[in-house]
Amino acid sequence: MTEQTGEHGIIKSEEMLLNMGPQHPSTHGVLRLKITTDGEIVSKIEPVIGYLHRCFEKHCEHLTYEQIIPYTDRCDYIASMHMDHAYVLAMETLMKIEVPERVSYIRIIVGELQRIASHLVALGTFGLDIGAITPFTWMIRDRERILDLFEYLCGARLLYNYIWIGGVSHDLPAKFIDRTKEFIDYFKPQMDEFDQLLTFNKIFIERTADVGIMPPEVAINYGVTGPSLRGSGVKWDLRKNEPYSLYDRMEFDVPVGDGRMGSVGDCWDRYWVRMLEMRESVRIIEQALKEIPSGDVKAAIPKRIRPPKGSIYTRFETARGEAGFYIISNGKNIPTRLKMRSPAFCNLSVISEIAEGWMLSDVIAILGSLDIVLGEIDR
Amino acid sequence: MSGFWQATMDLITSYGSLISLAGLAIFGVMAVNALVAVYFERKVSAFMQDRLGPMEVGIFGFKGGRKFWGGIGQTLADALKLLTKEDVLPDKSDKALMILSPFIIFVGAFVTFVGVPFSSYLLISRFDIGIFFILAMSSVGVVGIILAGWGSNNKWSLYGSLRSAAQIISYEIPAGLSILLVVITAGTLSIHGIVEWQAEHRWFIFHSPFAFIAFFIYFISGVAETNRTPFDIPEAESELVAGWMTEFSGFRWALFFLSEYANMLIISLLASVVFLGGWLSPMAMFDIFPESWMIMDGALWGMFWLLLKAIILIFVMMWFRWTFPRLRVDQLMYLCWKVLLPFSLVNLVAVSIWELLF
Repeated sequence: MTEQTGEHGIIKSEEMLLNMGPQHPSTHGVLRLKITTDGEIVSKIEPVIGYLHRCFEKHCEHLTYEQIIPYTDRCDYIASMHMDHAYVLAMETLMKIEVPERVSYIRIIVGELQRIASHLVALGTFGLDIGAITPFTWMIRDRERILDLFEYLCGARLLYNYIWIGGVSHDLPAKFIDRTKEFIDYFKPQMDEFDQLLTFNKIFIERTADVGIMPPEVAINYGVTGPSLRGSGVKWDLRKNEPYSLYDRMEFDVPVGDGRMGSVGDCWDRYWVRMLEMRESVRIIEQALKEIPSGDVKAAIPKRIRPPKGSIYTRFETARGEAGFYIISNGKNIPTRLKMRSPAFCNLSVISEIAEGWMLSDVIAILGSLDIVLGEIDR
Repeated sequence: MSGFWQATMDLITSYGSLISLAGLAIFGVMAVNALVAVYFERKVSAFMQDRLGPMEVGIFGFKGGRKFWGGIGQTLADALKLLTKEDVLPDKSDKALMILSPFIIFVGAFVTFVGVPFSSYLLISRFDIGIFFILAMSSVGVVGIILAGWGSNNKWSLYGSLRSAAQIISYEIPAGLSILLVVITAGTLSIHGIVEWQAEHRWFIFHSPFAFIAFFIYFISGVAETNRTPFDIPEAESELVAGWMTEFSGFRWALFFLSEYANMLIISLLASVVFLGGWLSPMAMFDIFPESWMIMDGALWGMFWLLLKAIILIFVMMWFRWTFPRLRVDQLMYLCWKVLLPFSLVNLVAVSIWELLF
């Protein structure tokens, strides 16, 4: 509240409480932000979550290990391959299963395709938040091609249930590799077009550079991971730092934000890191397509999965950051407890730290640059 | 006293039919403009975004071709839908203001058309102060916007209306100053006078480098006044849901829509009249064409040329909308007060000196 003495005595101006969401065009789902504003300036932000809570972790305590995979699909529905893989990785580490090489390669290929698809949605909706509509439709158009590939692969376009414990549900269809190569050839020049349309647009840079700066210390303290963390200049990618699934054989760089348009860790850097990651993913896919061996797509595992007694925590680099699965097993075919570390949950928590003091339009830009998926936050 | 009333009634009966005819004509122009422009915009945006746009609804079974004319009846169907929709007023809104405000905005656009020409003969009224009238009347709408935002009793609407008021009032200044340039040079406020000046000399955009800049200042300000991207901050759908229009529905919302597209047409027509030679044929500018071609300068051709210029400008506005992101409020104000305004002031002085020298 500010007071000013004017001609007609004291003029008071009060702060206004603004309820943004759960039904709002740019909260990316059912997020609610309680925003205290002073005019256009935002003085306080309080995210309210839970509108999409569906007891994922509790459900898992009543499901067999195989049955959990469709539920993990529904956590991060923009990148469900990654969620499957993250869970399966935990199970395979717990049960000490060695998967055939072909399985690892398939998982890398679909994982990187999924990363591109997820980043396309993230970048497109980010543009939409800034007010650019055409990049969104262009990116969705290209994501559609990836979904076509996945449909060809496993019949589903959004929730795949493709990666299973000890392998994948079926082998690659006959022409999958050719069609993926075709897509890669189509997609490479497309990325340059996105750059021309949106990335280096003057208005886009004005809106995102130097906005919502997230210093590396803040990012680490809040547990921010994934492209949002790398946007702050921290070189941390589990595919490089703790390679799983044969990622150590792949040659790729980890792009980090360098403050090219403003300062390190601003919205433009987070956007740019995702743009570069798509290029790295293309590189990885090309290598994997070249080297993929033939062989089995399922390891020899028992029909009913009963992991040994004990607990495990593994982490996995999804399109949004580190997804971790903590599983306690007591030797039965259902887990005693399953806990998921959601990357978008931690990424969202930082918003009250970095978005206060900015304008209302900037809050939306910052929210868009963090790339949240509510299905995963609320679980 | 009865003599006075008698005289007034006589006046109304004698002019009434004329006035209502003019009113109907303007309304017809606005309605047709909105129908055509919305369809045009949907198709233009669709082709820019690699889509097809509306493809299903035809007129009387005529479905048009496979690309551009498919779905030709879509906007007609939309208009019917809007007319038959339930008129919802929120419980705690200020109902009087909410009912009043669409009409104020509509009247603002409606009355402006009185001074806007479609060719040298086809216009409602020929003022000596045509330009001044158009500039004055096109700012009436902002009152309606403020009332709409306040009356809705919705925080998003309030944000939208206050942003809109600030934006429209700010951008009036560079737009007005750019037009003033023309008025100084041509020495008249009448639209016909300005076009005659251009017929004698050359199109105003080629008058001097300053006039060239002034055209762009005017056009940018015009886009900002119509609240379109990249200046659509008042209705920024990803920020303010729909800005000051959030709580409106049905016919009252359709009036907003009608006025928005009418304002686009007004801005484009005015820019063509003032800077691009109005109803003059572009071929008259060059000597390379044979004299017999100058027949394209007639009355009907004048309308063709003027509308062609306006439609090209409207297309550019749509192009802007589907290419650019949106500016932020402070950046918008920065652009107006620190870029466009100084430039237009310098322009004004420079053109005055230019006029003295040459």
